[in-house]
Amino acid sequence: MILINCPYCGERDQTEFACHGEAHIARPTDTASLTDEQWGDYVFFRTNPKGIHYERWVHVHGCRRWFNAVRHTVQDEILATYEVGAPRPDVGGQQ
Amino acid sequence: MKAYSLLALARNGLAWQKDWQRAWRSPDPAAAYDVVIIGGGGHGLATAYYLATQCGVNKVAVIEKGWLGGGNTGRNTTIVRSNYLLDASAGIYEHAIKLWEGLSQELNYNVMFSQRGLLHLAHSVHDMQEIGRRGNAIHLNGIDSEFLTPQQVQQMVPFINLNCRYPVMGGLLQKRGGTARHDAVAWGYARGADAAGVDIIQNCEVTGFQIENNKVVGVDTTRGRIGAGKVGVVTAGHSSVLAEMAGFRLPLESYPLQAWVSEPIKPIIDCVVMSNGIHVYVSQSDKGELVVGAGSDAYNSYSQRGSFDLIEHTVGPLVELFPLFSRLRMLRQWAGIVDVTVDRSPILSKTPVENLFFNCGWGTGGFKATPGSGHAFAHSIAAGSMNEIAAPFSIDRFNSGALIDEGAAAAVAH
Ligand SMILES: Cc1cc2nc3c(=O)[nH]c(=O)nc-3n(C[C@H](O)[C@H](O)[C@H](O)COP(=O)(O)OP(=O)(O)OC[C@H]3O[C@@H](n4cnc5c(N)ncnc54)[C@H](O)[C@@H]3O)c2cc1C
Ligand SMILES: [Zn+2]
Repeated sequence: MILINCPYCGERDQTEFACHGEAHIARPTDTASLTDEQWGDYVFFRTNPKGIHYERWVHVHGCRRWFNAVRHTVQDEILATYEVGAPRPDVGGQQ
Repeated sequence: MKAYSLLALARNGLAWQKDWQRAWRSPDPAAAYDVVIIGGGGHGLATAYYLATQCGVNKVAVIEKGWLGGGNTGRNTTIVRSNYLLDASAGIYEHAIKLWEGLSQELNYNVMFSQRGLLHLAHSVHDMQEIGRRGNAIHLNGIDSEFLTPQQVQQMVPFINLNCRYPVMGGLLQKRGGTARHDAVAWGYARGADAAGVDIIQNCEVTGFQIENNKVVGVDTTRGRIGAGKVGVVTAGHSSVLAEMAGFRLPLESYPLQAWVSEPIKPIIDCVVMSNGIHVYVSQSDKGELVVGAGSDAYNSYSQRGSFDLIEHTVGPLVELFPLFSRLRMLRQWAGIVDVTVDRSPILSKTPVENLFFNCGWGTGGFKATPGSGHAFAHSIAAGSMNEIAAPFSIDRFNSGALIDEGAAAAVAH
């Protein structure tokens, strides 16, 4: 079972959290001029990497706040958690 | 290929079982093939089989990084059904069931397809409305389905606890649904494909594509370069990894999906029972084990282990529905990596790279489609354009918005 370090509450069991997929996907601002392909890419296409994944979590059964995490998707090890809006943390060149 | 028959069984018995032919060869890869299929699961092997036997493509190879059926094909809970809501889904899943019905004969290999009936339970007013809508849609597509009252459910499964935490209010039964032996499906297609001249190359991982002028011309593998006229990628949970090698992304996320088998007991449950509402499904294998599954893990992963909390989420509803099972022990637990699309429908499609085709996105429920998927994909690759059955499942639907939304309506993960 994974322990997740909520930036606001500290270390808690994974079952207190919900994962909401890939992070750092900015909503396009020039929405009127987007092509179908650009819209499709924003809404549906994902990196889905086998390796380092930057992702969104929410502490649903705790402080109910959103934050980001870096996880290795093969070992499921969480390498860092950080606040929404902060840049991707350096996790030591891991792939 | 020497056919399997009663006579062959007797003859080989008398010869101390020493004369059986190998089910397929293990050739070294040739320099080039007309079509290279990546992934030796059921869908890849079926594709190769139909390419060689029905589409007149002579030089075909299947390249598998591990062993045949070692992916989701050998990890699934073997439920087969075609009771989907939408026309495109009915098209491909029912196409598959029709092929299942003659598959053991066609392949001369017993895939143990057992149409024992698939019983889907409803536990709330919403569930009842959902099966009402779906059951009628299935009827309109000419596929069998019946509504059952709680009493009829009890007649089928006498020891069910109808009055559980979320009482059983009704059921939807597809009598032609059931189970099949997963390994046998991979092995039967492999043997048939091999006999038709397909080279099956195991322990050979594809590590990259050779692409010239936006056209695929070969693959890099751990056993060297292999030239290819066309390439079909059928790698389930690893499809995004392969797409990245080819330079594009897919509308997929990979999740662990777990299954469990109990200690074996005498025959007790002769159909498949599944419940979306409380989220568990169960059938009994011919060895007597209960085969149990439920939903996928809560976050995307390639760990192929499955997270612990899912065990309780699965066993809880199982025991609530069948208190009798509370005294059984689970013998084994495992997971596969399933490739999930947002609309819970598969992708059979051309890609941004010419002559490169993908068949993926089957997620938690593609075993049932194996023959239909392989058949439609083979004919599409051979023709160079997606056929009528495959066409709605194009990657382009995620740009055009023509999603095939089975997420809410189709039954639970399996
Ligand atoms: C626990 C569980 C229960 C399920 N239950 C059901 C069910 O009851 N009913 C149902 O219909 N479906 C079910 N499914 C889903 C079903 O198993 C899959 O949809 C289906 O088996 C996919 O078949 P496939 O041939 O596409 O993939 P796979 O069998 O996974 O084959 C893909 C192959 O590609 C290979 N591969 C990957 N990368 C490479 C590479 N780089 N080079 C070469 N080879 C590569 C893999 O090793 C693998 O063998 C279940 C899945 C799981 C995990
Ligand atoms: Zn918190």
